[in-house]
Amino acid sequence: MSGISQTPGNSRSVNESLPVRMLLIFTALLFLVLFLILPLVAVFYNAFHEGLPVYKQAITDPATIHAVILTFLAVFCAVPLNCAFGVAAAWAISKFRFRGKNALITLIDLPLTVSPVVSGTIFILIFGAHGLLGPWLSAHNIKIIFAIPGIVLVTIFVTLPFVARELLPVMTAQGNFDEEAALTLGASGWKTFLRITLPNIRWGLFYGVVLSVARAMGEFGAVSVVSGHIRGKTITMPLHVEILYNEYNFAAAFAVASLLTFVSIMTLGLKKYAEVKTARQNKELEDFMTEKRML
Amino acid sequence: MAGKRKKSVIPGFGLTMGITTGYLGLIVLFPLACLFFQTLDVSLDTVQKTVFSGRALAAFGLSFGASFAAACVNTVFGFLVAWVLVRYTFPGRFLVDAMVDLPFALPTAVAGISLTFLYAQNGWLGKFLYGLGIPSVYSRIGVFIALIFIGLPFVVRTVQPVLVNFDTQVEEAAASLGASRFKAFTRVIMPEVLPSAITGFALAFARALGEYGSVVFISGNMPHRTEIVPLLIMTRLEEYDYLGAQILAVVMLVLSFCFLFLINFLQYWGQRHHRMQECVA
Repeated sequence: MSGISQTPGNSRSVNESLPVRMLLIFTALLFLVLFLILPLVAVFYNAFHEGLPVYKQAITDPATIHAVILTFLAVFCAVPLNCAFGVAAAWAISKFRFRGKNALITLIDLPLTVSPVVSGTIFILIFGAHGLLGPWLSAHNIKIIFAIPGIVLVTIFVTLPFVARELLPVMTAQGNFDEEAALTLGASGWKTFLRITLPNIRWGLFYGVVLSVARAMGEFGAVSVVSGHIRGKTITMPLHVEILYNEYNFAAAFAVASLLTFVSIMTLGLKKYAEVKTARQNKELEDFMTEKRML
Repeated sequence: MAGKRKKSVIPGFGLTMGITTGYLGLIVLFPLACLFFQTLDVSLDTVQKTVFSGRALAAFGLSFGASFAAACVNTVFGFLVAWVLVRYTFPGRFLVDAMVDLPFALPTAVAGISLTFLYAQNGWLGKFLYGLGIPSVYSRIGVFIALIFIGLPFVVRTVQPVLVNFDTQVEEAAASLGASRFKAFTRVIMPEVLPSAITGFALAFARALGEYGSVVFISGNMPHRTEIVPLLIMTRLEEYDYLGAQILAVVMLVLSFCFLFLINFLQYWGQRHHRMQECVA
């Protein structure tokens, strides 16, 4: 490999020999098979192991259907709110210069680093019976903890950063030129946002929403703390998986788990799709710019 | 704040900033402030008794130890996976690249039951491990395995873009000056990749420290032996020991803050490192 005579650009000078390459690829793939592929295969294997009727019965069971409905309710409450917040935050942070910008970004990232169990505990300590607002809430007969509002609230907390985090780098990279052009040509602020910004950020926004949905559906730790595990009332899909598993009803547990796994595989697929689309969008823009320069 | 900025034609600063700070204040700052405010009343003695009890210390020890070990494994293998994905072509590379994010997307409870099935005594992988005398579930090794799964994508995703942007001409220069491939790797590539690998390590470590869903199923949850801190908080809540849960939650929260600042600093350092290199070039 000590190719002094090798010309720059010769691939052999920056590549490993074939056996080394094969060994590295093999080791990496073995690691991924053990820790990624097998867990995935195991979910579907166990879900369908006892036959299709058992699977069908597990996912059409009233308790499962209730869990699915509650999960979607939490998603439909949390994702639109966080989506609106994410767009507003990304606009404020990427389009303007102000002090404390980094502190604001850190604050947005915070729910990602906090342990889910700690997030749930925080809300128990505020809204729970012994919490700060507990006496007031119970006097007014409002139930948040061990009820659906608590589940929605922690879901909002846990999924808060995703849309903002996906949009921030996209909007920062695109800069203000397009918007400034539209505004100087007389477009209103809203029109500029809808016609210029939104098309520019659509794939980032799309992926941010997909990630939020996946995380909102799958959140376990935080929801587990505030749900109280009341059957037929506050059980979301991941909690339902836990209950079935702890009852040694493995086939049913994995059947419900397979639904969630399907959602996460879809998420990964849509991520790749959004990446390819963004790359194409960027390339078109680049081509357009070089064309203009050549003219 | 607003007065400091340059006059801009872009509208909506007041509106978007208002929404951002208002929403963050309501959902994040207010709950956190409440928690810290409530904890101010707690006597130091109680804090000491809660945090330095044998059971809590054992939980902290396991959480830190297993998270550290898992993050180390993920740094080595994450780097390898990133390297293989960026530098080599092989069938299924596109698919593998998409699959790496699975631990981000898969609900932790699903990961937990699936890993427990795989590594149980009669499971597909547990069979071999138990044969070798390694108890891979309901043990500390089980916790370690779950945390490897959870932290897997971080190092791959931080190192990958750096490798993609890495200028191979530098390697060619090293090779043409007579450096062996190994030397080029340790002297030329490693220094460039190191900041991102450390960032990935910190991210994986922080994530593992707070992980709950995947660990509860595989660990067996034995106090003093296989109990992690988030689980201990959960147990305290179930015992209606809200004060104990609160103190442990605050400790974990302070740790999260520390990690957040460390990670931000590392990213800043990595970017500066990168810019300096570009300036030299």
